[in-house]
Amino acid sequence: MKETPLSNCERRFLLRAIEEKKRLDGRQTYDYRSIKISFGTDYGCCIVELGKTRVLGQVSCELVSPKLNRATEGILFFNLELSQMAAPAFEPGRQSDLLVKLNRLLERCLRNSKCIDTESLCVVAGEKVWQIRVDLHLLNHDGNIIDAASIAAVVALCHFRRPDVSVQGDEVTLYTPEERDPVPLSIHHMPICVSFAFFQQGTYLLVDPNEREERVMDGLLVIAMNKHREICTIQSSESPSSPG
Amino acid sequence: MGPGESNLGPLALQANILTVNGKNATGSLSLPTPVVAEASPAVSPGDTSVLAGVYGPAEVKVSKEIFNKATLEVILRPKTGLPGVPEKSRERLIRSTCEAVVLGALHPRTSITVVLQVVSDAGSLLACCLNAACMALVDAGVPMRALFCGVTCALDSDGTLVLDPTTKQEKEARAVLTFALDSVEQKLLMSTTKGLYSDAELQQCLAAAQAAAQHVFRFFRESLQRRYSKS
Repeated sequence: MKETPLSNCERRFLLRAIEEKKRLDGRQTYDYRSIKISFGTDYGCCIVELGKTRVLGQVSCELVSPKLNRATEGILFFNLELSQMAAPAFEPGRQSDLLVKLNRLLERCLRNSKCIDTESLCVVAGEKVWQIRVDLHLLNHDGNIIDAASIAAVVALCHFRRPDVSVQGDEVTLYTPEERDPVPLSIHHMPICVSFAFFQQGTYLLVDPNEREERVMDGLLVIAMNKHREICTIQSSESPSSPG
Repeated sequence: MGPGESNLGPLALQANILTVNGKNATGSLSLPTPVVAEASPAVSPGDTSVLAGVYGPAEVKVSKEIFNKATLEVILRPKTGLPGVPEKSRERLIRSTCEAVVLGALHPRTSITVVLQVVSDAGSLLACCLNAACMALVDAGVPMRALFCGVTCALDSDGTLVLDPTTKQEKEARAVLTFALDSVEQKLLMSTTKGLYSDAELQQCLAAAQAAAQHVFRFFRESLQRRYSKS
């Protein structure tokens, strides 16, 4: 389904309001929308609501052989899906640009920042390691997908418990949740993305843009940071709808 | 447990509006306007939870358009992993159920899309998907000739009938039967079965499912009354 184009008068109205330091939902420049996090019944399942933007996160694990050049490290796999439920324009074949951009940003933020201790995921060096898979589904799109997705990923990883494993010589025993309590992942720090939208060639700045504001923005800056004030990722990009 | 008794777990339905932009499509409009994901009920018997969203009647690709009725599309996304053959098969079952009740002839050359997202799966997934799809279609205002609901029965090795089985019960059962029933006369719209069962057992399961369906429809009605009386 094609996206409804933004009318010129709505675009002018939004830009005028931003010039007068007003946002349509009454927020100030640096205000975030209210965040609500709820958990599911399985370990590693959470739903994050950032205003009306909603992301479902689920973490699962599997024992696999490690990568050849990293024989003692576990594998982390991230997958963000833009469900068609989120916006009618997100058809299965049509969202590649935005999807690739979001997935790459999420990977850089969570994998390259080494927030999960991958060495602790090793069971038998060179033979068996844990593969942790994080699946994120966007359920509703009201702007700022990356922030909501990064929060959902971090929350789901903190909530997740993997089955306990013991190694005795050559024998590897995998315990069911009934036999031994599942074990949490070893998390060093929690990187969260914060998005800044720029308007009128950088004159005006807004934090946590909603969907309308994203449509009229000129550029986007995403900074991923943890609570120790360490920057994990920075990405600055031009908005897909900006001219030239 | 015999027919007539229902051991359906607690049902829960929350209808939330996902996005507010979008207009209602009514029969009097000459152009179909998209109804943007108005409903997302998560119906959960026990711990199974499915989120559904409906778009339509809306624009359809020329390759998919049908000249005299609406094209119905169902998308089911699992929680982990990529969608595979089980999802495709469930999508087809849900689509054939919806096609039987939706009045597609009122909106020719349009598309109605039902998107389902599994939030948690603890057994009886197909029945939960059917319930969610029905509620989403109602909330979106798609014209239908009846409501429908899904009920799952499991027969274990000594012939005991269990309604809405958990994953463990489904695995250990001799046969698992899922029925889609309509709201007017509890007639059978769709059935899918797996395992060994006799003809008499099939009739027994169907009767139990029809009795259980009455409870589900009453629950649908109460939930819709609550939702529309608040505003």
